[in-house]
Amino acid sequence: MYVAVKGGEQAIDNAHAWMAERRRGDTDVAELTTDQIREQLALAVNRVMAEGSLYDPDLAALAIKQSRGDLIEAIFLIRAYRTTLPRFGASEPLDTAAMACDRRISATFKDAPGGQILGPTFDYTHRLLDFKLAAEGGAPRAETADSDPVPVPHISSILGTEGVLQPEPRTDTTPRDLTREPLSFPADRAVRLQSLTRGDEGFLLGLGYSTQRGHARNHAFVGELRIGMVPVEMEIPELGFAIEIGEIEATECETVNQFKGSKTEPPQFTRGYGLVFGQSERKSIAMALVDRALRWEELGEENVGAAAQDAEFVLSHSDNIQATGFVEHIKLPHYVDFQAELELIRRLRREAEAAQAPAPDAPAERTKEQEPAE
Amino acid sequence: MPTTEPAASRQRWMSVLARAPERDLIALWDAFAAKPAFEWLRRPETGAVMVRGRMGGTGGPFNLGEMTVTRCSVQTDGGLVGHAYVQGRSQPKAEAAALIDALMQGGDAARVEAEIVAPLETGMTEKKQVQAAKAAATRVNFFTMARGEDE
Repeated sequence: MYVAVKGGEQAIDNAHAWMAERRRGDTDVAELTTDQIREQLALAVNRVMAEGSLYDPDLAALAIKQSRGDLIEAIFLIRAYRTTLPRFGASEPLDTAAMACDRRISATFKDAPGGQILGPTFDYTHRLLDFKLAAEGGAPRAETADSDPVPVPHISSILGTEGVLQPEPRTDTTPRDLTREPLSFPADRAVRLQSLTRGDEGFLLGLGYSTQRGHARNHAFVGELRIGMVPVEMEIPELGFAIEIGEIEATECETVNQFKGSKTEPPQFTRGYGLVFGQSERKSIAMALVDRALRWEELGEENVGAAAQDAEFVLSHSDNIQATGFVEHIKLPHYVDFQAELELIRRLRREAEAAQAPAPDAPAERTKEQEPAE
Repeated sequence: MPTTEPAASRQRWMSVLARAPERDLIALWDAFAAKPAFEWLRRPETGAVMVRGRMGGTGGPFNLGEMTVTRCSVQTDGGLVGHAYVQGRSQPKAEAAALIDALMQGGDAARVEAEIVAPLETGMTEKKQVQAAKAAATRVNFFTMARGEDE
């Protein structure tokens, strides 16, 4: 039986009011400002921009405040907001070789031209809690050194000249856009990269890790990891030429992978690529590992059935907004569905009981069946 | 890319205006005495630009994600047309940038350059130099330890 229900408006309003009070927390403690979030929780802001797929640090900070620090909820808010914006156009592809590098390391060449620049990193810290930060932290100052403006070329451009690295020939085809047309398969590499760069960091981290543990055969070195500001250029229709419309922080990771060659490709190093908004080092490395694993087909490698090789599996499950929507929706009222299932279970149980019951002339059973239904 | 000289210089100042910190741009514009009267050709509008990257840094383009941009167009009472495309969602910044773009094409160009565009550019360059100096301080200088075979 189905009973239509309506109501709950008051309960919902009150639940939201309580949520707002909880969000504010103890009013004896100063309220957090979005400027503080942008400046002091910058890596959370970066993650929300990358997976929200919208570069705007102030909006990401607001979303983090509104979501009480639930970053997937914050990403959801940013995704919803970005759908309200008119699209002015697309930028020229970023020239990451021209990045002003805050950090630039190579695990393959000690003496990389341009040097190993550690930048503001957690690497080499001891991962001990710093209780000084629990008190007033003060304003630490970074050291400076004379900086000759030396060029910092991509490591791949150095290996490339020797021919031992698979080239990435420049093309200018317009890439398909996942925000304008739904994901479909087979997905070309441009679509895969768009999907990965906005994909969930935790999911990609797990998949990237799986490739290292043997669930897709490729042994990766970080050829280069660089973080810094890159100008964004766009051709302005009113002017007929391109200007810089802004500048964004980005993290780029290029892996270099062993490759013995295949039917179609000579022995050479192959490449995985990660490019992510903000300082997003873990995500960009994981992205590069997964990108490389997904390239098995174009490189003529064997599909060993690893999850990270399965484009449909990876791309269909990497979006944390789609994932959270479907996973979490099962908590919402399913009274009618459940009622139907309950009726089915009751009927099956009655049938099973009837099948096991003694001969039909048994008096006790007959009496029970004659009882009115509850 | 523009090849003509006027386009190249306009490209420069528009890029400076787009990237300039809102606070600095507004402060310099507020202090500028010769603001013209103007009409909107297009009122400020915030939208998104899809930022693209290249696969492997050099290959074919792919969509990285969007960024917020605000644009507008003005015409001054002197007949100069100015456009702005600036990063972020600030309409006052876009308005000031479009008016500065207009003035940079007229008789006040030298004054606007000296009082607004050049100071903005200098400020941003200095900030970049400080950042580069901090990065340089974290550059690793390897030195070779005693090697085993030397013993």
